[in-house]
Amino acid sequence: MLIKKTADIRSSQVTSKSLYLDRRKFLAGAATLAGAVAVGGVACVSAAAPEPTQGGQKLPGVVKGQFNTDEKQTPYKDITNYNNFYEFATDKYEPAALAKSLRTRPWTVKVEGMVQKPKTYDIDSLLKLATLEERVYRHRCVEGWSMVIPWVGYSFSKLISQVQPLGSAKYVEFTTLNDPAQMPGVRYRVLDWPYTEGLRLDEANHPLALLTFGLYGEVLPNQDGAPVRIVLPWKYGFKSCKSIVRIRFMDKEPATAWNKAAPNEYGFYSNVNPNVDHPRWSQAKERRIGEFFKRPTLMFNGYRDQVASMYAGMDLKKYY
Amino acid sequence: MLKLKLLKLAVFLAALIPLARLGWKAYQHMLGANPIEVITHSTGDWTLIFLMLTLGITPLRKLTGQHWLIRFRRMTGLFAFFYASLHFTTYIFLDKFFDVNEMLKDIAKRKFITVGFTAFVLLIPLAVTSTQGMIRRLGKRWQMLHRLIYISATAGVVHYWWLVKADVRKPQYYALALTLLLGYRLLAAQRKKAAPARLAAQSRAQAATGA
Ligand code: HEM
Repeated sequence: MLIKKTADIRSSQVTSKSLYLDRRKFLAGAATLAGAVAVGGVACVSAAAPEPTQGGQKLPGVVKGQFNTDEKQTPYKDITNYNNFYEFATDKYEPAALAKSLRTRPWTVKVEGMVQKPKTYDIDSLLKLATLEERVYRHRCVEGWSMVIPWVGYSFSKLISQVQPLGSAKYVEFTTLNDPAQMPGVRYRVLDWPYTEGLRLDEANHPLALLTFGLYGEVLPNQDGAPVRIVLPWKYGFKSCKSIVRIRFMDKEPATAWNKAAPNEYGFYSNVNPNVDHPRWSQAKERRIGEFFKRPTLMFNGYRDQVASMYAGMDLKKYY
Repeated sequence: MLKLKLLKLAVFLAALIPLARLGWKAYQHMLGANPIEVITHSTGDWTLIFLMLTLGITPLRKLTGQHWLIRFRRMTGLFAFFYASLHFTTYIFLDKFFDVNEMLKDIAKRKFITVGFTAFVLLIPLAVTSTQGMIRRLGKRWQMLHRLIYISATAGVVHYWWLVKADVRKPQYYALALTLLLGYRLLAAQRKKAAPARLAAQSRAQAATGA
């Protein structure tokens, strides 16, 4: 069942910042040209399709993507009320309320490092860089629970090809916003803020790696990593960095937040693997949110056919 | 006497509120996305809280001189055992689905489970010997036996500390509370030991001045 929370303000009532500015510009011109009648008309037309900027607003032009699982999708209210987002709180039920303080506009993502075309992207231009696809992925948390989530985004490789990594670039690092004014959780040093995550370049180029802007056809709610995050369905959830402000291409393996916190528990790869236990609990089974009995965890979270070749010959017990 | 009985009833009912709340929320489907995790955490929290309350009674009684407080110690101790049993049952039933093999592996392999299990097992003899008859029968040995709660509570706090992923704030608060509660006893014991010597010295001094 899909339960949607009702937005405080109806999307049709929202005046986005750019619309507001456009209107002023237009008013100036309109005074010399036509009259007040036209103003109302144009404003109405624009207001019918404001830019979707807030969690819960419909994302336009989303097409059905590939790699979709047809398993039962986890209810919206669970995906948006049960979040590991330590920048807000270490309790999974709190980010839903606390993340309201996150401002997702204006927002820029700096893409830099070993690339031919470093660039700082405005979030709205990043949204339009490629066709948005709906991808229904399994999501497995390292804590032993899982969900099925209809994400909206496009393959991260589309952005990679825009910035053209140098031959020397072998890794990608993602960095989450670190702003104590908006994120109460970073005032306490549970992790070494800012949160960073990383991938090998071939992993980052894998078509499954999704640069993600939405879920259930709508803009990402803040607690799910708005305005932009990465989703890597064959890895434990913490690898999928949220609220990204920087993407850096490097020749060395980047340090990652959880690996720094507990290197013997969280490796750089952190591929979902039922045969390699977390030192403190088994990873053989998982509890799918909404189900009573646990189910067996699948190798690479069920994406073995797609990703196993990237790790051929690697000892996955060593590179956990 | 009647007042104490009523107060006991009130405390008894209050101690059941956490369970009632869980039951009500479960019935209303209000336990959130992962109800079993909530039940595990809530019963674990209340076990530790009741252990701390139990350990708090003696210091509070001595510091305030309100000696009737001792009448509540058995009840809070038994509630600690009660919530620990629920906590353990949740683990056996809802986490491992009675898979004994898997449980034994867990207890042997995962140190947070090993200490949690230790904490729980140590509470069993305490619950069994909590009756008036047992207290009488065991005499002095009863007190010795019931000092196991120090180890059990310590193991409980270590269990919590070891199971959190990164945020050790809450286990830290419990550790602080436990340090105060056990530290008080240590100090009190030392004073007691010192007391006879002090008294003797005092009387010697008095005798000297009197002479
Ligand atoms: C006196 C004994 C025990 C005490 C005081 C205790 C206390 C706790 C506490 C405070 C928590 C964390 C609650 C939270 O996060 O809010 C917890 C979690 C847990 N306990 Fe215990 N516990 C005890 C015995 C046991 C035993 C015997 C087992 C199993 C054999 C066990 C298994 C667990 C598990 C599986 C969790 C959840 C871990 C997680 O979510 O990662 N505990 N316990």
